[in-house]
Amino acid sequence: MNLTLKIWRQKNQSDKGGFKEYKVSDISKDMSFLEMLDVLNEQLSDKGEDPVHFDHDCREGICGMCSLHINGKPHGPLQTTTCQLHMRSFNDGETITIEPWRATAFPVMKDLVVDRSSFDRIIQAGGYVSVNTGGVPDANEIPIPKRIADEAFDAATCIGCGACVAACKNASAMLFTSAKISQLAMLPQGQVERKERAEKMIAQMDAEGFGACTNTGACSAECPKGISLTNIARMNREYFSAVVSSENV
Amino acid sequence: MSWVTKTFNSTLGQKLLMALTGLFLILFLVVHLAGNLQLLLPDEGESFNIYAESMASNPLIRVVSIGNFAFILIHVIYSVVLTRSNKKARPVNYAVSKASTNSTWASRNMGILGTVILLFLIIHLRGFWYEFKFGELPTAVYDGVTYKNVFAIVSEAYSNIAYVIVYVVAMGFLGFHLSHGFASAFQTLGLNHVKYSPLIQKVGAGFAIIIPALFALIPIVMYIQTL
Ligand code: HEM
Ligand code: SF4
Ligand code: FES
Repeated sequence: MNLTLKIWRQKNQSDKGGFKEYKVSDISKDMSFLEMLDVLNEQLSDKGEDPVHFDHDCREGICGMCSLHINGKPHGPLQTTTCQLHMRSFNDGETITIEPWRATAFPVMKDLVVDRSSFDRIIQAGGYVSVNTGGVPDANEIPIPKRIADEAFDAATCIGCGACVAACKNASAMLFTSAKISQLAMLPQGQVERKERAEKMIAQMDAEGFGACTNTGACSAECPKGISLTNIARMNREYFSAVVSSENV
Repeated sequence: MSWVTKTFNSTLGQKLLMALTGLFLILFLVVHLAGNLQLLLPDEGESFNIYAESMASNPLIRVVSIGNFAFILIHVIYSVVLTRSNKKARPVNYAVSKASTNSTWASRNMGILGTVILLFLIIHLRGFWYEFKFGELPTAVYDGVTYKNVFAIVSEAYSNIAYVIVYVVAMGFLGFHLSHGFASAFQTLGLNHVKYSPLIQKVGAGFAIIIPALFALIPIVMYIQTL
């Protein structure tokens, strides 16, 4: 297939940036979207031009590194990661617009690469559990009902890609933060820091400049892991009960 | 900063205020509608005028009505605070956006919908509440007792087609605001449950149509009666 690509180019964080058009031809329908960009970059390198910078790592849909706002949707037309999106989702002759995630808390570093370390700082603020050192505990020593274990695991499948932030009109990180709070709040291991975790992670989320939640549901609809809005409701409960009952005055 | 101010300066605390005030306003709408439907009784406004007077003189209702104004104010102030910080979180918009594929129009435009409702509220309060409190009203006598004849100014207002149109259109905006707001408030409060959420969503969808429609019916019927 032959395609026209309208790609956001930006030299560095302070550059204003703008769209540039490129043509690629003989693209196989079986290529992944990132492989299609690899073809473009080889073309650009051959001509001595600066290749288009974009994030990627595993290319297996598990690391959350790939991003891209493709034709008006995070990760493109399907509810998957960009590395798992294939060119058969597009038509021959189509113009594809590719933009970086847009959020104050995700500054554009170069072209399509954004800095998502604000997510790391939210995790650092409280997305952990304290464990005793010493002998290895037996597996299944702590009984956890299957349903709870499954729900906690569902929340834990969040790969931190940031599509939720990219999709939200408020660039809100509620879905991500709520998944990270939920996966620990539901398990016995997460009880020790439970209140502190909710308060600190939400304070960090606000400090990073993410927006509030209007409950539009765009995040969950675009999340490649289908993280559910019930996590946001749970996070709200965690937070409200933490602020009224914690010793943190 | 004390923990209280810290909470209400957080995005979640601010949303909590939006949800609580929004739910109170929803409750108020029901009570207000029940009272207003008396305008349609075929008694030249007798029941409505007596009802209006009794509401105005009831001390409990006066407290609730002050609370109601306070809640509208809090709802409006925090809607501005939240809308501004939400805009700041996404200063550069996408060149191409297919937001309509992942969320409803109403959910993305609560600020616009609310602003129209606020404009309507100002017209509405100036026209009726202010007149009732401070204006020169005609009077009506029932069983030897003199009442302010609010019915007279309401029916005069609704004989004006422009006024009727403003009311009907405003109710459309209210309907859209509620179509998202009703269920959204429960989610904000953390009330999301497999058993109850589907019910809340259905009740919300029904509420958003029925309540504004009945409100809109009053000026329409009263206008037709003047023809
Ligand atoms: C009778 C009048 C009104 C009722 C019953 C009402 C009800 C509600 C409810 C239930 C919500 C959902 C709260 C949540 O998501 O937790 C809401 C949200 C909202 N309301 Fe209202 N509202 C009214 C008037 C207004 C007015 C006058 C304004 C503004 C000028 C306004 C602006 C907003 C905004 C911006 C939101 C969304 C906040 C967000 O981003 O999450 N509303 N309203
Ligand atoms: S919640 Fe979903 S969209 Fe958001 S970071 Fe996690 S996996 Fe990505
Ligand atoms: S590159 Fe790892 S999820 Fe796409």
